[in-house]
Amino acid sequence: MLYREAGQFKTSYTADQTVFPILQDRWCMAAIIAVAFSVPLFSSEYMLQAVLIPFLIYALAAIGLNLLTGYCGQLSLGTGAFMMVGGYMTYKLTTSFPEVNILIVFMLAGLCSAFVGLIFGIPSLRIKGFYLAVATLAAQFFLSWLFNKVGWFVNYSPSGSITAPPRELFGILVTGPRASAEVRYLMVLSIVVVMALAAKNLIRGRVGRSWMAIRDMDIAAEIIGIRPVQTKLLAFTISSFYCGVAGAMVVFLWLGSAETEAFDINQSFLVLFMVIIGGLGSILGSFLGAAFITVTPIILTNAPPMFGIHMAIDLQKHIEIMLFGSLIVFFLIVEPKGLARLWQITKEKLRLWPFPY
Amino acid sequence: MLFDIFIAPFLDMVDSPAFFVEVVIVGLLTGVMYSLVALGFVLIFKASGVFNFAQGVMVLFAALTLVGLMEHSVPIWLALVLTVAVMVVLAYMVEWLMLRRLVNQEGIVLFMATIGLSFVLQGLGETVWGSNVKPLDIGIPDASFEIYGVLLNEFDIFAAASGAILVAVLAVFFHYTRIGRALRAVADDHQAALSVGIPLKTIWVIVWAVAGIVGLVAGIMWGAKSGVQFSLSLIALKALPVLILGGFTSVPGAIVGGLIIGVGEKIAEIYWGPLVGGAIENWFAYVLALVFLLFRPQGLFGEKIIERV
Amino acid sequence: MKIRTLILAGIAGATGLGAVAASSAMAAGDQFFPMLVYRTGPYAPSGIPVANGFRDYYTLLNKRDGGINGVKVTFEECETEYNTKLGVECYEKLKNGGSTGATMFNPYSTGITYQLIPKAAVDEVPILSMGYGRTAAADGRVFEWVFNFPTTYWSQASAFINYVGLQEGGMDKLKDLKIAHVYHNSAYGKEANPTLEALAAKYGFELTLLAVDHPGQEQKATWLQVRKKRPDWVFMSGWGVMNQVAIKEAAAINFKMDHFVGNWWSGSDADVVPAGKGSIGYKSATFHAPGDGYQVHKDIVKYVYDGDEAKAKGNNIGEVLYNRAVVNAMFGTEAVRTAMGKFGDKAMTGKQVRWGLENLDLTAARLKELGMEGFTLPVKVSCVDHETGGPIAIQQWDGAKWSVVSDWIPTNRAVVRPLVEKAAAAYAAENKITPRTCN
Repeated sequence: MLYREAGQFKTSYTADQTVFPILQDRWCMAAIIAVAFSVPLFSSEYMLQAVLIPFLIYALAAIGLNLLTGYCGQLSLGTGAFMMVGGYMTYKLTTSFPEVNILIVFMLAGLCSAFVGLIFGIPSLRIKGFYLAVATLAAQFFLSWLFNKVGWFVNYSPSGSITAPPRELFGILVTGPRASAEVRYLMVLSIVVVMALAAKNLIRGRVGRSWMAIRDMDIAAEIIGIRPVQTKLLAFTISSFYCGVAGAMVVFLWLGSAETEAFDINQSFLVLFMVIIGGLGSILGSFLGAAFITVTPIILTNAPPMFGIHMAIDLQKHIEIMLFGSLIVFFLIVEPKGLARLWQITKEKLRLWPFPY
Repeated sequence: MLFDIFIAPFLDMVDSPAFFVEVVIVGLLTGVMYSLVALGFVLIFKASGVFNFAQGVMVLFAALTLVGLMEHSVPIWLALVLTVAVMVVLAYMVEWLMLRRLVNQEGIVLFMATIGLSFVLQGLGETVWGSNVKPLDIGIPDASFEIYGVLLNEFDIFAAASGAILVAVLAVFFHYTRIGRALRAVADDHQAALSVGIPLKTIWVIVWAVAGIVGLVAGIMWGAKSGVQFSLSLIALKALPVLILGGFTSVPGAIVGGLIIGVGEKIAEIYWGPLVGGAIENWFAYVLALVFLLFRPQGLFGEKIIERV
Repeated sequence: MKIRTLILAGIAGATGLGAVAASSAMAAGDQFFPMLVYRTGPYAPSGIPVANGFRDYYTLLNKRDGGINGVKVTFEECETEYNTKLGVECYEKLKNGGSTGATMFNPYSTGITYQLIPKAAVDEVPILSMGYGRTAAADGRVFEWVFNFPTTYWSQASAFINYVGLQEGGMDKLKDLKIAHVYHNSAYGKEANPTLEALAAKYGFELTLLAVDHPGQEQKATWLQVRKKRPDWVFMSGWGVMNQVAIKEAAAINFKMDHFVGNWWSGSDADVVPAGKGSIGYKSATFHAPGDGYQVHKDIVKYVYDGDEAKAKGNNIGEVLYNRAVVNAMFGTEAVRTAMGKFGDKAMTGKQVRWGLENLDLTAARLKELGMEGFTLPVKVSCVDHETGGPIAIQQWDGAKWSVVSDWIPTNRAVVRPLVEKAAAAYAAENKITPRTCN
């Protein structure tokens, strides 16, 4: 009833290929974005800092990995490493050129990360599947060694950790400890919205379709004229660009300072979780997956006291990780195609609702 | 600079040959320890196509169970038997609650499920046995002795020897027993194995149980060094380069891969590490594995991948 | 259907969160101490005694003295798993707890301390990173809200060199020596390197830096290097499993254990026990005494555990890290007491506690009253100097317990302080902080 496409005729190719072909989807998107931008009006600092900002940043990283793994079929465990490049290069660039607009610095750092991704994507031309996944771990270990060892990246600070210096955008403080959570949230949100729409746009075009062809059957794709070398490397490059910007935001808009340990291998696993739980090959899934993985542990930590259950903190933590692990297995068993698939099923039902017959 | 990289390290090796021999031997011994962990991965991947990331936590879980039982003054032989029993039960539970329900899913979904499993096992192990570091002393001698200027440690040799024995036993098991043959059949082709009447589910339980026992041995060897604690589960990361170098599906590959990685990373760290500030062995192992992969994309002993459209 | 209900429940839970954060407020008028602990994860063996020490000392104050000057002490633990991100989340959750907000944070993780330093000034919550964290914070003019007394990594490294000089029979003997630093390859482990390099240049000993990557489960290569270089002394900045393995490997290459000195995070009971008899003779730095023979321990057994000594032992009483936490909790509560001396006997805000920390003057007489005579040294903090550069002692493991085997060894202020001021100035420039003037 509400979600009915009948009567919405597409009269041109352009109309048929728009990002959101259905009117209701467009309205929904607009509403969600509007709500998202007004969140700071009614939510606490803890909510912004500990829930929403990490959720959005991880969603962006998940989109990045989804472009690579979900759309192009290249399994990667290097996400953490590419995020690390983004974070460290943003620091290096903005301390070297303090007058450059911080947004531009984010993009430049993303480009650095893209370049690194390009290099570590080269093995994908020979290696596939889990071999490739483990091979991308080389990026993880090499880069964390590099940033730990080479003082130039951290301006020779003795401990090798980086701190986000204060930077302004349009006269408002957006980074550094004195930037308010609201401002940082809005900044993250704007970047994520723009980049998510760009990703959505990218995958419906020529590039995205060639990625999917490679994913579905690379030899067949090669035969119909898709060049695997360029396509795979482009996927690595763009994916790393997204991860790099996400990493820059981790340091500058979320944590405020970081050392290489903040981008350890667990980050790669977390983001991969988001992609799988959310749904491979779905931008919406990246958001759902990121929400699930970032919010679930927080709920599990805060739920027992909320119901008046008080137990030893270590026991609670153990139960929490056991529950988290079981939930993941449970979701994979019940819906291996991810949360996005659930949404699709809901949509199918909505089309017919309330008259299913 | 070029001299430092290409000539000096070799001069260094020639200068003190005894030390070089020591580096190589230590590398080989360490390599066997890596192989022990890698072996668990290979067994499960071979039989069920699952890249079992929980292997590291299984090592921890097995060692924790053993130490926990010993702390409650259970005699060591009984503790060993009980731990093996626990690993068998675990294998059964995994098959029953997880694998059975994920048949025919993509590899990556199974991989993720095993990470979920690793969370559960980690929480379970620590809830039951606590998070404190537990010393593990099962009476293996660990004195050091010197032969021709090469310093060796009894414990390392003992560990390597037990690793070798374990591999030999596994090889015999795979080749000459009925179950072993069934395992190989399943590894070759699930459906064909099913059609000739091999019970897939039982085979999976057996493989996971064997991987658990291999994990127990690895846990004892590594745990004796560092005490049994959470970090034990992180040695899985040292086994991954071994795995891609040797191939996911090959037991001998895990051994040879371990030896190559062990020697390679030690030589690199000792002779080239100081040039760039040290601590290179972690990524060097991966780079070494990558170089091999570029020539053999399926690993040294992996099955050749034949692709058809 | 099942899943959908689950998701709905999840969303409902998420919206409830904001409420949770606000509801952690305690009864009015209490002095609230947030506790960032790690009782699980890779560093739990170190985190558990620390957490127990804090908890027991706060409980002791309530049960023995009825709080601090009559103001009841409350505390809440938040599990960080030694993970920086969880640490920040815990900080956000706890910083507004209690009636007057968090008293101070003791992160017990160098990584988390680095995160909190910039935030502390904004939220007006002081940080007491006792013997860890950012060494440059010793310069109170730049780091107004951060304290790291009684001593820091850099001072410790200089005291270690002084100790070597004492053992070898004079600082002039140092020039013939080889010293190796085995360190955890992280912000924490690297802290001591610049000081050691400066001292190597000054005294002319040969310094070898050996990095061990996290987690440090496998260190064969590092100890082969030690065998190759044959240093006379080895200093270690290790953490977690790295310590146990390093001690085991050092014993395996027959290194003289009494020439192997850990820093104060490499010398707890959990570090030496797994290495068995190989660890006998191993030394480590400390700034308080080990053991449970002090009045404060008797009080804890009496008041907190109702005389049940076995239970107290089970909660790590007398272990090195437990004692450190007791000292740390004492510093914190004494700072609150100092603040009360100025602002009156009520719950102190973060701002008032900061004043208390900066004007803390812990005399020997006061330590005696607290039952800690000889347990740790008097401390006097000032506006310029948040570190005080206190001396350290060397303790040795005899296979069953730690005991102090040296006098208090002074640190090398002449070398360390200029390095501190330089690092603080660099931090101030980068983050556009104008150092305050202290008069």
